[in-house]
Amino acid sequence: MRLTKWLVPTLYITFLLLPIYWLVNMSFKTTNEILGGFSPWPKNFTTASYVEILTNPVWYNGYISSISYVLINTVISVSFALPAAYAFSRYRFLGDKHLFFWLLTNRMAPPAVFALPFYQLYSAIGLFDTPWAVALAHCLFNIPLAVWILEGFMSGVPKEIDETAYIDGYSFPRFFVKIFMPLIASGIGVTAFFCFMFSWVELLLAKTLTSVAAKPIAAVMTRTASTSGYELGLLAAAGVLTIIPGAIVIYFVRNYIAKGFALGRV
Amino acid sequence: MLELRDVSKTTSGQPHISHVSLTFAPGSLNVLLGPTLAGKTSLMRLMAGLDRPTEGSIWMEGQDVTGVPVQKRSVAMVYQQFINYPAMTVYENIASPLRVAGVAKAVIEERVTHAADLLHLTPHLRRTPLELSGGQQQRTALARAMVKEARLVLLDEPLANLDYKLREELRAELPRIFAASGAIFVYATTEPSEALLLGGHTAALSEGRVTQFGPTIELFREPADLITAQTFADPPLNIVAVDKRGSNFQLDGGLNLQVPARLSGIADGAYTLGFQPHHLSFQPRASDAVAVEARVSVTEITGSESFVHLDFAGRRWVMLEEGIHRLDVGESVRAFIDTRHMLVFDTSGRRISTAAALAA
Repeated sequence: MRLTKWLVPTLYITFLLLPIYWLVNMSFKTTNEILGGFSPWPKNFTTASYVEILTNPVWYNGYISSISYVLINTVISVSFALPAAYAFSRYRFLGDKHLFFWLLTNRMAPPAVFALPFYQLYSAIGLFDTPWAVALAHCLFNIPLAVWILEGFMSGVPKEIDETAYIDGYSFPRFFVKIFMPLIASGIGVTAFFCFMFSWVELLLAKTLTSVAAKPIAAVMTRTASTSGYELGLLAAAGVLTIIPGAIVIYFVRNYIAKGFALGRV
Repeated sequence: MLELRDVSKTTSGQPHISHVSLTFAPGSLNVLLGPTLAGKTSLMRLMAGLDRPTEGSIWMEGQDVTGVPVQKRSVAMVYQQFINYPAMTVYENIASPLRVAGVAKAVIEERVTHAADLLHLTPHLRRTPLELSGGQQQRTALARAMVKEARLVLLDEPLANLDYKLREELRAELPRIFAASGAIFVYATTEPSEALLLGGHTAALSEGRVTQFGPTIELFREPADLITAQTFADPPLNIVAVDKRGSNFQLDGGLNLQVPARLSGIADGAYTLGFQPHHLSFQPRASDAVAVEARVSVTEITGSESFVHLDFAGRRWVMLEEGIHRLDVGESVRAFIDTRHMLVFDTSGRRISTAAALAA
């Protein structure tokens, strides 16, 4: 009994972490060792791959552009979704329920559908190959998601709090910033996390809408693999560095995500 | 002075308030009494300015404030639910209307301290509302309404969600706390006993209409119509439909009741009789008490009193008797109606005052 109690979770975590361990393992090996045969840990431990990534602008610019469009997108998504979600949660207007559902259906279309129109449009207005291009394109699926999540959190706040604030003399903007936003702070955190995550992992639009200057890290990774042979150690190190931002963000919002799930909105 | 002139409110085709006209004097205590969904909250929201009436106008101190947003009015409101700002400390919660109004720091300090003192919140000022008990949360909301020194204070069933002891305590303190400010004080409740304890004036509400407005005790003693009398009765008013023929009230099922001498002057015809549970008893309380045979259906014992539910001619009556009475279900008992306080209503529900009947 004692054994099975530990056995199942241990096996589960082992299998879950094995690919990540292997990635970390590879990142500290030389390419020759990776290709040379099976070794469960690095025989010739080297940090050369990491040094290469952090010193070569081709590599670290990929990270910088990825992080910049992800941050821009998160800020835009949350700040536009806040008033929209407030309207959906507090007011009744013509077609509000249909509009709310329609927002969600935006997530059902594959991003590839929009790659061509975005490419053409951004080329025409000079946004092509900038972090803004990717950030705006990602709003397509992140704003609906953000509205959906935030609406759930806002509807959990009684309307009487709004009214009490108005009676106390608060103007709408002041109430929203001083009273309302602190109340749904965890919701904003969860929303920001999801926007961050979806924007961070999305590759197709990010690759299509950039060429050189704003090339995201995921695109850099694939190109390196094709042009200068198999630099597997380097790729593994890049992979590890790509996981880290997501891991950091998820650490901060881990408690709130459970709340989001409880509201049925995540 | 707050005046509601022929105010109506319709929400998506549903009339919530219809043709309400009320005048509240400065410094007065007013109770809105009515069952759930009678329109108490709707009416308060109109008074506060949270909603705009569909028809009619609202006047404050001789000025039409119908379309004035709530921020620009001198109003304070407390809800039945405990509504505070969870992200702020109790001190900041109480101070919030003053902070918005830009009141000097020293004045805020003084008023908050004073309010916290009156409402026994001083030890909790540094905590947040969600760490407090329900009673303390509601006292925080009350303190916030108090420091604002608004000219109109609206309390929407503020004590309904509190336990019995706290309710008693706060009910006694509330009018005292707000009386000093000279504000118009409006208090909504579903409980007739609460209205009587508060005193002042009462507006009885039913289905969005004010059925009667006047001094509380007058509404209780001399309701203008059947609906008001029913609104103002807890446990419910005992009623029975009768047909007056000469000196008899005829009931369905061939029963007869002797018409008391006091009521002999009224014309023959159909009437509804109403009387309070404590005017029904096992022993006659007056010489002209009317005796009826009824069947016991339930007995509730509260401690010093018993509520005996009786079935009489297809009607459920409630008797309030002192002491503990154990009666078997279905047992036949003899009950006496004290006709001195019996209310008589005509077919349209209007009360026939005995004085008028005698004059006729």
